[in-house]
Amino acid sequence: MSLLSLRAARRPVPGVFVALAITLAVGWLIVMIDGGQLFNQSTTVSLLHVAAGLGLVAVGQTLVILGGSLDLSVAYVISLSTLVAAETMNGSDGALLPAIGLALTVSAAVGLLNGLLVTRLRINAFIATLGVGLLLKGYLDNGYDGPAGTTSPTLVQTLGYQRIGPVPLSFLLLVAVTAACWFALARTRFGHHLVAVGGDPEVARLSGVRNDRVLVVAHMLCSLCAGLTGIYLASRLGSGAPRVGTEGLYDLESIAAVVIGGTALAGGRGGVVGTLGGVLLLASIDAIFNQLEVDAFFKQVIRGAIIIAAVAVYARRAMRKAAV
Amino acid sequence: MSDRAPVPLLALRGIGKSFYGVRVLDGVDLDVAPGEVHAVVGENGAGKSTLMKIVSGGYVPDGGTIEFAGRSCVFGGPRDAQRAGIGIIHQEFNLLPERTVAENVYLGHEPKRRGLVDRRQMLSRTRDLLATIGETTLPADAVVGRLGVAQQQVVEIAKALALDARLLIMDEPTAALADHEVELLYGLVRRLQQQGIGLLYVSHRLTEVFDLSDRITVLKDGRRVQTMPTTEATAEDLVRQMVGRELSSYYPDRAAPEDIGAVRLAVRGGGNRKLRDIDLDLRAGEVLGIGGLQGSGRSALARALFGVEPFTTGLVTIDGKPTRLRSPRAATRAGIAYVTEDRKGEGIVARQSVLDNALLASRAVFPVRSGRAARTVRVRELLATVEVRAAGDDQEIRFLSGGNQQKVVLARWLALDPLILLFDEPTRGIDVGAKSAIHDLVRQLARAGAAVLMISSELPELLGMSDRMLVMRDGRVAGELPAGSTEEDVVALAVGTVSEAAA
Repeated sequence: MSLLSLRAARRPVPGVFVALAITLAVGWLIVMIDGGQLFNQSTTVSLLHVAAGLGLVAVGQTLVILGGSLDLSVAYVISLSTLVAAETMNGSDGALLPAIGLALTVSAAVGLLNGLLVTRLRINAFIATLGVGLLLKGYLDNGYDGPAGTTSPTLVQTLGYQRIGPVPLSFLLLVAVTAACWFALARTRFGHHLVAVGGDPEVARLSGVRNDRVLVVAHMLCSLCAGLTGIYLASRLGSGAPRVGTEGLYDLESIAAVVIGGTALAGGRGGVVGTLGGVLLLASIDAIFNQLEVDAFFKQVIRGAIIIAAVAVYARRAMRKAAV
Repeated sequence: MSDRAPVPLLALRGIGKSFYGVRVLDGVDLDVAPGEVHAVVGENGAGKSTLMKIVSGGYVPDGGTIEFAGRSCVFGGPRDAQRAGIGIIHQEFNLLPERTVAENVYLGHEPKRRGLVDRRQMLSRTRDLLATIGETTLPADAVVGRLGVAQQQVVEIAKALALDARLLIMDEPTAALADHEVELLYGLVRRLQQQGIGLLYVSHRLTEVFDLSDRITVLKDGRRVQTMPTTEATAEDLVRQMVGRELSSYYPDRAAPEDIGAVRLAVRGGGNRKLRDIDLDLRAGEVLGIGGLQGSGRSALARALFGVEPFTTGLVTIDGKPTRLRSPRAATRAGIAYVTEDRKGEGIVARQSVLDNALLASRAVFPVRSGRAARTVRVRELLATVEVRAAGDDQEIRFLSGGNQQKVVLARWLALDPLILLFDEPTRGIDVGAKSAIHDLVRQLARAGAAVLMISSELPELLGMSDRMLVMRDGRVAGELPAGSTEEDVVALAVGTVSEAAA
């Protein structure tokens, strides 16, 4: 084994970006043949808006999945966060910051609960976060029939609709959050420990890592990201929406984006940059199909096929690596 | 350092520990002085690994006291022990295959600068550490999963050293090392000793114990039998204290000429990515030893025969009939069994019970061959035959010692009545007592008519067990040697100082 092969292909650029480029190229061609234009101002803007919403959750989801956990409660946290934000603002700009603070605090608290259930009570993350999600669902279904509260106009004008050229402010927020998470994973002890816990919890423990603490923090960060998504959605919708999270399928879509982005579902390998690619890929497919006015059900079939294909590609790669 | 130093670095008094009602350690006392190498030897399940895990904070003892550097300590977890200055090199690797050498070495205590992980410093300190061990070819930013076993062991040592430990525990540090790497380890141990670091050295290889240690403590069934200065100990004494048996009965008798039958497995011109031009005859009733250096293709041969990485060229016949061994399933159905080298990774399902592990192959490959109950009864008998020591059949296998785990793996294959058995380092990380039990089992199987192929890095074992040996080099069979050959003969073929030998 030469030194070169030891170093080669370490943390490669996730293949998802290649897939993204191909998808955009092919999509652009097909849409053009169809007589449309994929990259005009309005389609690009809406693509990036879709990406911003999904991306914020998915980046948070990446953290818990890297740590070997999972969060199925994000969709409900998103809904809850829109309501907390919009109701606290109640249409006025004065309560803007307290409302954002409160929404994020509530979200973080849910993350804390998730984290404690997973670490202290040793409940499987799938079940624990599903349970917490259902708990929130009960509260939301009981208290709300439809939209409630009014988002502050300033927030709507900035986070909701402001753009720099074709790039919405919200997408820049996503880029910033992704960068922050990338930095945390690469350059902080927390990041190193999180990947270690996901890679092999026993190795991490025997190396002196406090596994529980790391996982709880990861869960809180994940829920914070979901809360941020909620605030963004409130800024788009102008009010709190009790079912926006579940209807947007943010729980499963975020996990799909993480997996397409090359993060191992079992944890320990991957990163947020890949997730960003996964999010853009899903958003692009959405945009292309919208342009072509493809049937919504067929769209789902295609997305399913893409997810399966992505996982198959990664599994093959892992197999080849194991054979070396 | 023949006698007790004035202030011991580590003093254990009356340490006890039970798992699920099984007493694993009982009232163990042990001292380590600064700069002393204190060897701990004992049979399978004597409690050595448990004792080491207690000292390093992996387990909390049920009773007794730990004094370190003159202060009484209670270690709630590995982190506490590390803080106090105790490092451990585990018997099984504790590394993250997806991460780099440096990230593994500094896991849990990454160097920081302004609150952030200082990667540059982490890399340069790792390079320095590797250099002090004498390892200069290993890049600090290599991904650990791509390294060989021996290199991973080096990383493991560097990881323990990175803690500035005052006491270093080595649990079977040479299990995965080739001979020249063992030399490096010796040098390293001596250097650490000069720095005043105390070492607790657990090993099954008595040669090492005599070469390195100042004092030896013998454990048996969780109790301390004796602690003595190494100069006063002899190998025979130690073995007798560990197992109550003389050293001479180490290897069972070889096969008599009339016991060896027809060719059972034959390979002609076998090759794949790692192997070339393999010609091989394996006869019923014989133990064919496979020697060679790490990476010479020994394991690749076993894996090819078992269909893990099949031959892509050449012809394999079993009992004269051409057979294609395309998968482990096909190989198992053809009557082949494979006891793998990497027990933890490929041999056992750690969180399943002893019984489930023993039933694994029969359930998977012959799901409906016989009644479920009958099969379970049969496997229980086999577990008893190979003398597995466990709290019960339903105990999770990860709580068993390495030797007992290996016996369970063996029982799993015996349940299939295999005609051909492939053993890859069957006694790695297993102590003297269980080792001879495994040797006896291997020989009994051959005597009962099975054809046995056994890979071993330990030359005494290879020479002691084999009726005939093939030595591999660079993916080929470098030569064949008869029983009664010397270690020099094997090494000469393995490193290639003699060309293709006619044996």
